[in-house]
Amino acid sequence: MTGVPLTHILFVSTALFFIGMYGLFTRRNMITMLMSIELMLNSVNINFVAFNKYLFPDKLDGIFFTIFIITIAAAEAAVAIAIIINLYRSHQSIDVEDATEMKF
Amino acid sequence: MSASAIIFYAISAFLLGTGILAVTATNIFRAAIWLLFSLVGIAALYFWMQVEFVAAVQIIVYVGGIVILIIFSIFLTQQSGKEMPKPPLQRTIFSVLAAAFGLALTYLLISENGFTDGNGQPFKVAVSDIGMQMLSTTEHGYILPFEVVSMLLLAAMVGCIVIAMKSKQNNLPSPKNTEELS
Repeated sequence: MTGVPLTHILFVSTALFFIGMYGLFTRRNMITMLMSIELMLNSVNINFVAFNKYLFPDKLDGIFFTIFIITIAAAEAAVAIAIIINLYRSHQSIDVEDATEMKF
Repeated sequence: MSASAIIFYAISAFLLGTGILAVTATNIFRAAIWLLFSLVGIAALYFWMQVEFVAAVQIIVYVGGIVILIIFSIFLTQQSGKEMPKPPLQRTIFSVLAAAFGLALTYLLISENGFTDGNGQPFKVAVSDIGMQMLSTTEHGYILPFEVVSMLLLAAMVGCIVIAMKSKQNNLPSPKNTEELS
Protein backbone atom coordinates (compact mmCIF):
# COMPACT_ATOMS: atom_id res chain seq x y z
CA MET A 1 0.00 0.00 0.00
CA THR A 2 2.79 2.42 0.77
CA GLY A 3 4.73 1.24 -2.27
CA VAL A 4 2.08 2.27 -4.78
CA PRO A 5 1.81 6.00 -5.46
CA LEU A 6 -1.55 7.62 -6.07
CA THR A 7 -0.74 8.35 -9.71
CA HIS A 8 -0.64 4.65 -10.57
CA ILE A 9 -4.17 4.11 -9.29
CA LEU A 10 -5.26 7.20 -11.21
CA PHE A 11 -3.62 5.77 -14.32
CA VAL A 12 -5.61 2.55 -13.95
CA SER A 13 -8.89 4.44 -13.58
CA THR A 14 -8.07 6.74 -16.50
CA ALA A 15 -7.21 3.78 -18.72
CA LEU A 16 -10.48 2.09 -17.75
CA PHE A 17 -12.41 5.28 -18.56
CA PHE A 18 -10.89 5.50 -22.03
CA ILE A 19 -11.45 1.79 -22.65
CA GLY A 20 -15.12 2.48 -21.95
CA MET A 21 -15.02 5.49 -24.25
CA TYR A 22 -13.50 3.40 -27.03
CA GLY A 23 -16.30 0.87 -26.61
CA LEU A 24 -18.90 3.64 -26.73
CA PHE A 25 -17.42 4.94 -29.99
CA THR A 26 -17.04 1.63 -31.82
CA ARG A 27 -20.09 -0.36 -30.70
CA ARG A 28 -23.45 0.08 -32.35
CA ASN A 29 -25.40 -2.40 -30.24
CA MET A 30 -27.27 -0.71 -27.39
CA ILE A 31 -26.53 -3.37 -24.78
CA THR A 32 -22.79 -3.22 -25.40
CA MET A 33 -22.91 0.58 -25.30
CA LEU A 34 -24.59 0.29 -21.91
CA MET A 35 -21.78 -2.02 -20.79
CA SER A 36 -19.22 0.59 -21.85
CA ILE A 37 -21.04 3.22 -19.80
CA GLU A 38 -20.88 0.93 -16.76
CA LEU A 39 -17.10 0.66 -17.20
CA MET A 40 -16.80 4.46 -17.30
CA LEU A 41 -18.90 4.90 -14.15
CA ASN A 42 -16.75 2.32 -12.36
CA SER A 43 -13.56 4.12 -13.26
CA VAL A 44 -14.95 7.28 -11.67
CA ASN A 45 -15.74 5.28 -8.53
CA ILE A 46 -12.14 4.08 -8.33
CA ASN A 47 -11.01 7.70 -8.53
CA PHE A 48 -13.27 8.77 -5.66
CA VAL A 49 -12.13 5.98 -3.36
CA ALA A 50 -8.44 6.48 -4.20
CA PHE A 51 -8.58 10.24 -3.56
CA ASN A 52 -10.39 9.64 -0.30
CA LYS A 53 -7.83 7.06 0.82
CA TYR A 54 -4.67 8.94 -0.16
CA LEU A 55 -5.53 12.61 0.32
CA PHE A 56 -8.19 12.75 3.04
CA PRO A 57 -7.88 9.59 5.13
CA ASP A 58 -9.79 11.12 8.03
CA LYS A 59 -12.96 11.80 6.04
CA LEU A 60 -15.53 9.56 4.36
CA ASP A 61 -17.00 11.76 1.63
CA GLY A 62 -15.49 9.83 -1.29
CA ILE A 63 -17.10 6.63 0.01
CA PHE A 64 -20.50 8.35 0.05
CA PHE A 65 -20.09 9.62 -3.48
CA THR A 66 -19.16 6.10 -4.59
CA ILE A 67 -22.23 4.61 -2.93
CA PHE A 68 -24.54 7.21 -4.50
CA ILE A 69 -22.99 6.69 -7.92
CA ILE A 70 -23.51 2.92 -7.63
CA THR A 71 -27.17 3.50 -6.69
CA ILE A 72 -27.81 5.85 -9.59
CA ALA A 73 -25.96 3.53 -11.99
CA ALA A 74 -28.28 0.70 -10.95
CA ALA A 75 -31.37 2.86 -11.60
CA GLU A 76 -29.93 4.03 -14.92
CA ALA A 77 -29.18 0.47 -16.07
CA ALA A 78 -32.70 -0.67 -15.18
CA VAL A 79 -34.35 2.20 -17.09
CA ALA A 80 -32.01 1.74 -20.07
CA ILE A 81 -32.78 -1.97 -20.31
CA ALA A 82 -36.52 -1.30 -20.11
CA ILE A 83 -36.16 1.16 -23.01
CA ILE A 84 -34.04 -1.33 -24.98
CA ILE A 85 -36.61 -4.11 -24.55
CA ASN A 86 -39.41 -1.78 -25.60
CA LEU A 87 -37.41 -0.67 -28.64
CA TYR A 88 -36.74 -4.28 -29.58
CA ARG A 89 -40.47 -4.96 -29.44
CA SER A 90 -41.26 -2.20 -31.91
CA HIS A 91 -38.21 -2.38 -34.20
CA GLN A 92 -36.99 -6.00 -33.87
CA SER A 93 -33.48 -4.59 -33.53
CA ILE A 94 -31.38 -2.87 -30.89
CA ASP A 95 -28.88 -1.33 -33.25
CA VAL A 96 -28.68 2.44 -32.84
CA GLU A 97 -28.47 2.85 -36.62
CA ASP A 98 -31.94 1.35 -36.97
CA ALA A 99 -33.71 3.78 -34.63
CA THR A 100 -33.86 6.77 -36.96
CA GLU A 101 -37.36 8.15 -36.43
CA MET A 102 -36.12 11.24 -34.59
CA LYS A 103 -33.14 11.81 -36.87
CA PHE A 104 -33.62 15.04 -38.77
CA MET B 1 8.70 -4.02 -4.70
CA SER B 2 6.54 -5.21 -1.88
CA ALA B 3 3.94 -7.95 -2.06
CA SER B 4 1.11 -5.44 -1.83
CA ALA B 5 2.42 -3.54 -4.85
CA ILE B 6 2.70 -6.78 -6.84
CA ILE B 7 -0.92 -7.60 -5.94
CA PHE B 8 -1.99 -4.13 -7.05
CA TYR B 9 -0.30 -4.42 -10.44
CA ALA B 10 -1.71 -7.92 -10.96
CA ILE B 11 -5.26 -6.73 -10.18
CA SER B 12 -4.82 -3.71 -12.47
CA ALA B 13 -3.56 -5.81 -15.37
CA PHE B 14 -6.45 -8.23 -14.86
CA LEU B 15 -9.17 -5.58 -14.85
CA LEU B 16 -7.74 -3.61 -17.74
CA GLY B 17 -7.28 -6.75 -19.86
CA THR B 18 -10.78 -8.02 -19.22
CA GLY B 19 -12.12 -4.49 -19.80
CA ILE B 20 -10.47 -4.37 -23.24
CA LEU B 21 -11.89 -7.80 -24.04
CA ALA B 22 -15.34 -6.63 -22.88
CA VAL B 23 -15.40 -3.79 -25.40
CA THR B 24 -13.83 -5.70 -28.29
CA ALA B 25 -15.39 -9.19 -28.13
CA THR B 26 -17.63 -9.82 -31.13
CA ASN B 27 -19.84 -12.30 -29.32
CA ILE B 28 -22.17 -10.23 -27.13
CA PHE B 29 -22.60 -12.90 -24.48
CA ARG B 30 -18.83 -13.25 -24.10
CA ALA B 31 -18.57 -9.47 -23.83
CA ALA B 32 -21.00 -9.58 -20.90
CA ILE B 33 -18.94 -12.29 -19.20
CA TRP B 34 -15.72 -10.30 -19.67
CA LEU B 35 -17.51 -7.29 -18.17
CA LEU B 36 -18.37 -9.50 -15.19
CA PHE B 37 -14.67 -10.35 -14.71
CA SER B 38 -13.71 -6.70 -15.01
CA LEU B 39 -16.23 -5.70 -12.32
CA VAL B 40 -14.92 -8.45 -10.03
CA GLY B 41 -11.43 -7.04 -10.60
CA ILE B 42 -12.65 -3.60 -9.56
CA ALA B 43 -14.14 -5.13 -6.40
CA ALA B 44 -10.74 -6.73 -5.73
CA LEU B 45 -9.15 -3.29 -6.13
CA TYR B 46 -11.57 -1.96 -3.48
CA PHE B 47 -10.56 -4.82 -1.18
CA TRP B 48 -6.93 -3.90 -1.80
CA MET B 49 -7.70 -0.30 -0.83
CA GLN B 50 -9.25 -1.60 2.42
CA VAL B 51 -12.76 -0.34 1.75
CA GLU B 52 -14.50 -3.64 2.31
CA PHE B 53 -17.98 -2.12 2.46
CA VAL B 54 -17.73 -0.57 -1.00
CA ALA B 55 -16.27 -3.82 -2.33
CA ALA B 56 -19.23 -5.75 -0.95
CA VAL B 57 -21.68 -3.24 -2.42
CA GLN B 58 -19.87 -3.47 -5.76
CA ILE B 59 -20.18 -7.26 -5.84
CA ILE B 60 -23.83 -7.23 -4.75
CA VAL B 61 -25.06 -4.46 -7.04
CA TYR B 62 -22.89 -4.84 -10.13
CA VAL B 63 -21.96 -8.51 -10.28
CA GLY B 64 -25.17 -9.78 -8.74
CA GLY B 65 -27.55 -7.24 -10.22
CA ILE B 66 -26.58 -5.24 -13.26
CA VAL B 67 -24.63 -7.93 -15.14
CA ILE B 68 -27.42 -10.44 -14.55
CA LEU B 69 -29.90 -7.86 -15.86
CA ILE B 70 -27.72 -7.30 -18.95
CA ILE B 71 -27.48 -11.06 -19.58
CA PHE B 72 -31.26 -11.40 -19.27
CA SER B 73 -31.79 -8.60 -21.75
CA ILE B 74 -29.31 -10.24 -24.14
CA PHE B 75 -31.38 -13.41 -23.97
CA LEU B 76 -34.59 -11.43 -24.49
CA THR B 77 -33.45 -9.33 -27.42
CA GLN B 78 -31.16 -11.44 -29.58
CA GLN B 79 -29.56 -14.79 -30.21
CA SER B 80 -26.70 -15.05 -27.75
CA GLY B 81 -24.53 -17.11 -30.09
CA LYS B 82 -24.73 -14.61 -32.93
CA GLU B 83 -21.57 -12.75 -33.80
CA MET B 84 -21.82 -8.99 -34.02
CA PRO B 85 -20.37 -7.36 -37.14
CA LYS B 86 -16.97 -5.82 -36.62
CA PRO B 87 -16.89 -2.01 -36.66
CA PRO B 88 -15.52 -0.47 -39.85
CA LEU B 89 -11.77 0.03 -39.89
CA GLN B 90 -11.99 3.79 -40.15
CA ARG B 91 -14.16 4.07 -37.05
CA THR B 92 -11.84 1.74 -35.12
CA ILE B 93 -8.75 3.74 -36.05
CA PHE B 94 -10.25 7.08 -35.06
CA SER B 95 -11.71 5.69 -31.82
CA VAL B 96 -8.32 4.26 -30.85
CA LEU B 97 -6.71 7.60 -31.65
CA ALA B 98 -9.27 9.54 -29.62
CA ALA B 99 -8.93 7.21 -26.63
CA ALA B 100 -5.12 7.20 -26.82
CA PHE B 101 -4.83 10.97 -27.03
CA GLY B 102 -7.35 11.42 -24.24
CA LEU B 103 -5.44 8.99 -22.06
CA ALA B 104 -2.13 10.70 -22.84
CA LEU B 105 -3.48 14.17 -22.05
CA THR B 106 -5.16 13.09 -18.82
CA TYR B 107 -2.13 11.18 -17.63
CA LEU B 108 0.10 14.14 -18.42
CA LEU B 109 -2.11 16.33 -16.21
CA ILE B 110 -2.08 13.71 -13.43
CA SER B 111 1.67 13.21 -13.48
CA GLU B 112 2.41 16.94 -13.57
CA ASN B 113 0.22 17.55 -10.55
CA GLY B 114 2.01 16.91 -7.28
CA PHE B 115 -0.55 15.49 -4.93
CA THR B 116 0.08 16.25 -1.29
CA ASP B 117 -0.46 13.05 0.59
CA GLY B 118 -2.78 13.02 3.54
CA ASN B 119 -1.35 13.71 6.93
CA GLY B 120 -0.19 10.13 7.33
CA GLN B 121 -3.24 9.01 9.23
CA PRO B 122 -4.38 5.42 8.77
CA PHE B 123 -7.43 5.02 6.58
CA LYS B 124 -10.06 3.06 8.45
CA VAL B 125 -13.59 2.72 7.17
CA ALA B 126 -15.87 1.22 9.78
CA VAL B 127 -19.34 0.36 8.51
CA SER B 128 -20.82 1.91 11.67
CA ASP B 129 -19.13 5.23 10.83
CA ILE B 130 -20.58 5.12 7.32
CA GLY B 131 -24.04 4.45 8.71
CA MET B 132 -23.78 7.17 11.35
CA GLN B 133 -22.66 9.82 8.90
CA MET B 134 -25.10 8.70 6.20
CA LEU B 135 -28.11 9.18 8.46
CA SER B 136 -26.92 12.12 10.54
CA THR B 137 -28.75 15.43 10.27
CA THR B 138 -25.80 17.56 11.34
CA GLU B 139 -23.55 19.60 9.10
CA HIS B 140 -21.67 16.78 7.39
CA GLY B 141 -24.55 14.34 7.31
CA TYR B 142 -25.90 12.79 4.13
CA ILE B 143 -29.55 12.32 5.14
CA LEU B 144 -30.94 14.59 2.39
CA PRO B 145 -29.11 12.91 -0.54
CA PHE B 146 -30.02 9.56 0.96
CA GLU B 147 -33.74 10.39 0.90
CA VAL B 148 -33.53 11.97 -2.56
CA VAL B 149 -31.75 8.90 -3.93
CA SER B 150 -34.32 6.59 -2.39
CA MET B 151 -37.13 8.54 -4.07
CA LEU B 152 -35.18 8.48 -7.35
CA LEU B 153 -34.77 4.72 -7.14
CA LEU B 154 -38.49 4.26 -6.50
CA ALA B 155 -39.38 6.52 -9.42
CA ALA B 156 -36.92 4.68 -11.68
CA MET B 157 -38.37 1.28 -10.79
CA VAL B 158 -41.94 2.44 -11.39
CA GLY B 159 -40.83 4.02 -14.66
CA CYS B 160 -39.16 0.77 -15.75
CA ILE B 161 -42.36 -1.18 -15.19
CA VAL B 162 -44.41 1.38 -17.10
CA ILE B 163 -41.97 1.51 -20.03
CA ALA B 164 -41.55 -2.25 -20.39
CA MET B 165 -45.24 -3.01 -19.90
CA LYS B 166 -47.00 -4.42 -22.94
CA SER B 167 -49.56 -1.94 -24.23
CA LYS B 168 -53.07 -3.16 -24.93
CA GLN B 169 -53.50 -3.73 -28.63
CA ASN B 170 -57.04 -2.37 -28.94
CA ASN B 171 -56.77 1.01 -27.26
CA LEU B 172 -53.14 1.98 -27.86
CA PRO B 173 -51.93 1.85 -31.45
CA SER B 174 -48.66 -0.02 -31.81
CA PRO B 175 -45.99 1.52 -34.08
CA LYS B 176 -46.80 -0.92 -36.88
CA ASN B 177 -50.44 0.23 -36.97
CA THR B 178 -49.42 3.85 -37.11
CA GLU B 179 -47.05 3.10 -39.96
CA GLU B 180 -49.87 1.52 -41.89
CA LEU B 181 -52.13 4.48 -41.21
CA SER B 182 -49.64 7.10 -42.26
